[in-house]
Amino acid sequence: MSTFVAITISGLALGAMYFLVASGLSLIYGLMEVLNFAHGVFLTLGAYAGWAAAQYLPQQGWTFIVTALAATVAGAAVAAVTELLLIRPLYGKPVSQILVTIGLDLALVGLLLGGFGSDSRAIAVPAWLTAVTTIGSEHIPNGDWLSLGLGLAVLGLLTWFLRYTRYGIIIRAGAENRDMVSALGIDVGRAFTLVFAIGGAAAGLAGLLNSVVFSSALVDPTQGDQLLIFAFIVVVIGGLGSITGSAIAALLVGLVQVYVTFYANGGGLAQLGNMSVVLVLAIVLLVRPRGLLGRTT
Amino acid sequence: MTNVLTRLTQRPPAAETRRSAAGRVAGVVLLVLAVVLPFCSLIVPWVLPGTVDVLNSVGTLEVLGLCFVFAGVAVGYDVLFGFTGLLSFGQVLYFAEGAYVLDIALTVWNWPLLAAILLTLAIGLVLALVLGALTLRGQGIAFAMVTLAFAQAFYYLVEDNPGNLTGGDTGLVMSASRLPGFLVGVGNTRNLYWLALAFLVLTYAVVWLVTGSATGRVWLAIRESERRAEVLGFRLFPFKLGSFVLSSLIATAGGMVYLLIVGTVSPSAVASTTVTISILVMVVLGGAGTRWGAVAGAIVYVYLQQYLLKVAAEPSFASLPAVARVPLSQPDFLLGAIFVLFILFAPGGIAGLVARKKEKR
Repeated sequence: MSTFVAITISGLALGAMYFLVASGLSLIYGLMEVLNFAHGVFLTLGAYAGWAAAQYLPQQGWTFIVTALAATVAGAAVAAVTELLLIRPLYGKPVSQILVTIGLDLALVGLLLGGFGSDSRAIAVPAWLTAVTTIGSEHIPNGDWLSLGLGLAVLGLLTWFLRYTRYGIIIRAGAENRDMVSALGIDVGRAFTLVFAIGGAAAGLAGLLNSVVFSSALVDPTQGDQLLIFAFIVVVIGGLGSITGSAIAALLVGLVQVYVTFYANGGGLAQLGNMSVVLVLAIVLLVRPRGLLGRTT
Repeated sequence: MTNVLTRLTQRPPAAETRRSAAGRVAGVVLLVLAVVLPFCSLIVPWVLPGTVDVLNSVGTLEVLGLCFVFAGVAVGYDVLFGFTGLLSFGQVLYFAEGAYVLDIALTVWNWPLLAAILLTLAIGLVLALVLGALTLRGQGIAFAMVTLAFAQAFYYLVEDNPGNLTGGDTGLVMSASRLPGFLVGVGNTRNLYWLALAFLVLTYAVVWLVTGSATGRVWLAIRESERRAEVLGFRLFPFKLGSFVLSSLIATAGGMVYLLIVGTVSPSAVASTTVTISILVMVVLGGAGTRWGAVAGAIVYVYLQQYLLKVAAEPSFASLPAVARVPLSQPDFLLGAIFVLFILFAPGGIAGLVARKKEKR
């Protein structure tokens, strides 16, 4: 039973990290109907920015905050530049927008492979992150708590932002009817850039989190693209454009993956956890083709 | 309904026919050149992807064979994406199925070649029917992502080496014992080259016939507006599934030819999502919905990729400053950048550029 609790917490932690990735994708899709393939390389660049920052920082517990900030800012900056230079000229052409993000991902991952090689780099992490907290008889890695905390914080921030701020209201209105919002004299283009920057910030942070908590503190050029596929699955299960749906789906996917990997490992298939996630997706789509909380129109 | 069908099956206007007549002549000339190429030992400096500067060297023939394989697969993908407007991210699944099942049947089970080919096609057909029926429940982006997910599941499956069939990460080298002699050995590379060319020609002919038929017109109608096509009285699902299955079977056949040329399969080379992305890039680079554009795009893509790898491996390359060396050593970077430029400035791809030039004349 107690193992079950520990497994559950690690599944929720994994789900929280998936949510960080999926929230940005879902937000961008909800407003702009752009499926952002470059999100994968935003994740990777965030992790590399964190790696670079950690190189120059003294190894103390608090400096991890700076590392995380570097990853977040790098993700936001790359995403904003992407929106301005590549997405903006293609407004009104959704397929071209998807294709351009694919090309960008290809090019940037290639550049990272050229610069860093295909070997992984180790990110310096503070001692508290690799330690465990003991609750009752259970040892829970602090990384799991960090992931859960960040997931909750981002969910809270995004919900507050979308519900109560002026730009949040513009974004929600724009997702409903973009033409009407522009007709009211509101600069929707600025909201687009903002949404990309927010999505990129979440991605940068998620990329770092994925490296330090779920990939033994290693970062390599193709890491983000592997993670992106799970984020896509989460977004589709949750319903395209729904942040709450993404959150529920992320936890579901994280739990399924961890339970199957842990309890069905006698099957001899190491990737069974990953494959079962695809099965969940297939079932959800059979029952609800638009995902759990997808819009019906 | 009949009215619509007649309109959909109408011949294109005369100007378009004339224009495509010139294209057809060019196509036939290029095809004849491609057929006789293995007999020409011309020395061509600089531009060949093989290690020797001879036109019919083994290295160059192998690269050209790969170009033809992917050109065929790209034309198949053009049916789905370019003609029917369905953006799938799972095309690699059927390519990988073709390469892996044929390899397993020949190498692990020691089946005769013909039986192995039939088995591979049969599994490919069932897979395409089942997964097509399932994934086509999703619209637009959902369809794209679900196809991606299934392809990824297949990738995990072959990586896991179930029952010691696939060889896991390292892959499975094909055993040549069940192959006819003319397909085995370095001396017979030209036969593999012709096999790949035959695959491309056959694929092109099938796609040309089907996209020109009434079914092809309905596909175009679906691409332009699903809702309108539906209101016109068509049941879209069988047409979409037909497009999906044809496209997938071509990918399966391409996977088989790939295996025969390369002689080995591995998850990263034939089953990973990067292969789907390459196929998509080839089609868009060449010009989606034009058939010959997909061929041109694929040949340019594969050729450049192999050629750039060769250039980056040359000793003089290491003496370049890092600013130039790092980006130039990565074909993916260059191809990705070229692709982005095309999307921004020439969205019709190579075929679009050619058409634009003709219109100016």
